[in-house]
Amino acid sequence: MRWLGFIVLLCVACSAQAELTIEITGAGEHQIPISLVRFAGEEGMSGQTISSVVSNDLMRTGLFKMIDPAGRAPHEPSEVNYAEWSGVDALLIGSLRALDGGRVEVRFRLLDMVRHIELIGLAVTAKNEQLRAIGHRVADLVFEKLTGSPGVFSTRIAYVNREGKNYRLVVADSDGYGEQTLLALNEPIMSPAWSPDGSQLAYVSFERGHAAVFAQTLATRQRRLLADFPGSNSAPTWSPDGKRLALVLTRDGSSQLYTVRSDGSDLRRITFSETIDTEPMYSPDGKYLLFTSDRGGSAQIYRTAVEGGDAERLTFDGSNNFSPRFSPDGKSFVFSHLDGGVFYIAVQDFETKQMQILTTGGWEKKPSFAPNGKLVLFATESQGRGILATVSSDGRVKQKMVAQRGDIREPIWGPFLKQ
Amino acid sequence: MKKIILSILLVNLLAACASEKAKETVSEPATTPAATQAAEPAAGTAETAQTATAPEAASAEAAIPDNRSVFFPFDVDAVQPNDQATVQAHGAYLGKNKDVKVRVEGNADERGSSEYNLALGQRRANNVKKALIVSGAKASQIQTVSFGEEKPRCSEHNESCWSQNRRADIVYTTK
Repeated sequence: MRWLGFIVLLCVACSAQAELTIEITGAGEHQIPISLVRFAGEEGMSGQTISSVVSNDLMRTGLFKMIDPAGRAPHEPSEVNYAEWSGVDALLIGSLRALDGGRVEVRFRLLDMVRHIELIGLAVTAKNEQLRAIGHRVADLVFEKLTGSPGVFSTRIAYVNREGKNYRLVVADSDGYGEQTLLALNEPIMSPAWSPDGSQLAYVSFERGHAAVFAQTLATRQRRLLADFPGSNSAPTWSPDGKRLALVLTRDGSSQLYTVRSDGSDLRRITFSETIDTEPMYSPDGKYLLFTSDRGGSAQIYRTAVEGGDAERLTFDGSNNFSPRFSPDGKSFVFSHLDGGVFYIAVQDFETKQMQILTTGGWEKKPSFAPNGKLVLFATESQGRGILATVSSDGRVKQKMVAQRGDIREPIWGPFLKQ
Repeated sequence: MKKIILSILLVNLLAACASEKAKETVSEPATTPAATQAAEPAAGTAETAQTATAPEAASAEAAIPDNRSVFFPFDVDAVQPNDQATVQAHGAYLGKNKDVKVRVEGNADERGSSEYNLALGQRRANNVKKALIVSGAKASQIQTVSFGEEKPRCSEHNESCWSQNRRADIVYTTK
């Protein structure tokens, strides 16, 4: 693989908002040259602005080459002299105008600098505190217009932050900012799982002395106990229609797969092995479950119908494979691949059965696809600390996000949210 | 012959719980017993501390066996031959003291997914429970729980650490 040696260090420093250091390595093969002019009305603003959020979002994908406007500062199409922008394929310009009642009007345009046409022209009003969200939304629109795939910058991620014996279940923006703690405990929290509409998280907590499964609504913080049988209750995952969850119980001996309605009723056992079956995940069409099992003597990934029955072994490379997650189109799955004592993030195509290792290896665990399938989020380690990382689904662009405190574990990328 | 082996094992176990852990790692070719033992004192003191902090230990009938931890090779959940004596001693004690209850806590090292390790820890705890029952305990005296890789005794990425974390603890819970 050809690395372009393109390394950007973005230290978002000097404010109480500084939570992360983001490091990006690699670049896509065909980068789109784009320039962003700081929006009119942002001149005096401190901290992050809409245009800086958009710029960071686009840069993190590795798909864009950011061209410095070098002093040119058009804010309206009439101010753009196309002849001055050779080598730039797309230009984002815009303006902010303060309104009464703590609101702001944002206007922006994306211009095609080759064909001299306007690709996007929009005006939105929002509360002042929603500027980052607006920035992510603008980045989504730009990304979709220029690449053909929907952007995932407005989506959210969940993870567990561990500091000593303090565990926090955290929801954050896709870039790691805007952390919100959903639950803080001095017992372990594991395996957060998003409901398909993004309104709830299911997870495992040890607050009752053993692993039990809870579901919590983000907006109300209301939580309910989903499974608390003797032994371990774990590995929740939602069906695509949100009506059922698959989970793992040891109430009948070894860890086995079950499904249950989202209100906790109608429990059904799916697997009947005497071995470990865990980490179920529904296929996007809701017909199959991927899971991890050691039924063949070592932990490998299997597939079975949601009603149960025979299971097909899918992975054969390396010593062990764990934590399978379907791609959004259902054509491949990503997983944690252990080989020679090193964990890698790998992806395997269902049709060709070919495995591709996406990363360079380390303590790389718990991968999950972004809802557009273009990026994979996973947990890894840097200088002895658990951190978040992403890799593009072709393995070309890698990004590490280092939090200032604690170890980050068990990340999972959330779904697209309805606008 | 079996008895002799067993008593030799018992002597070994009583002499130093370190030796059993050295044996646990026989499957790891690079680990010399000396190297493993060198890393042991910390684990030994942790166990002693645990025993001392259990207030119920004093009030129960005198002879709760001292060694309360059982160790496992990588990705293995069966109680190993050199830990049978430990488990049998606890099983016999529970058989004689029907009011006493224990919780078997299964743990795993970090080499696996957190969910797989939770499952593995549960199987380790379940197997210790079965062995306790075979040795005289009643099922109603034993609760099992798994902490997977979530509560490591030692948190470095090396075999001497991992060998301590692949463990089931027998915790006495009654007064």
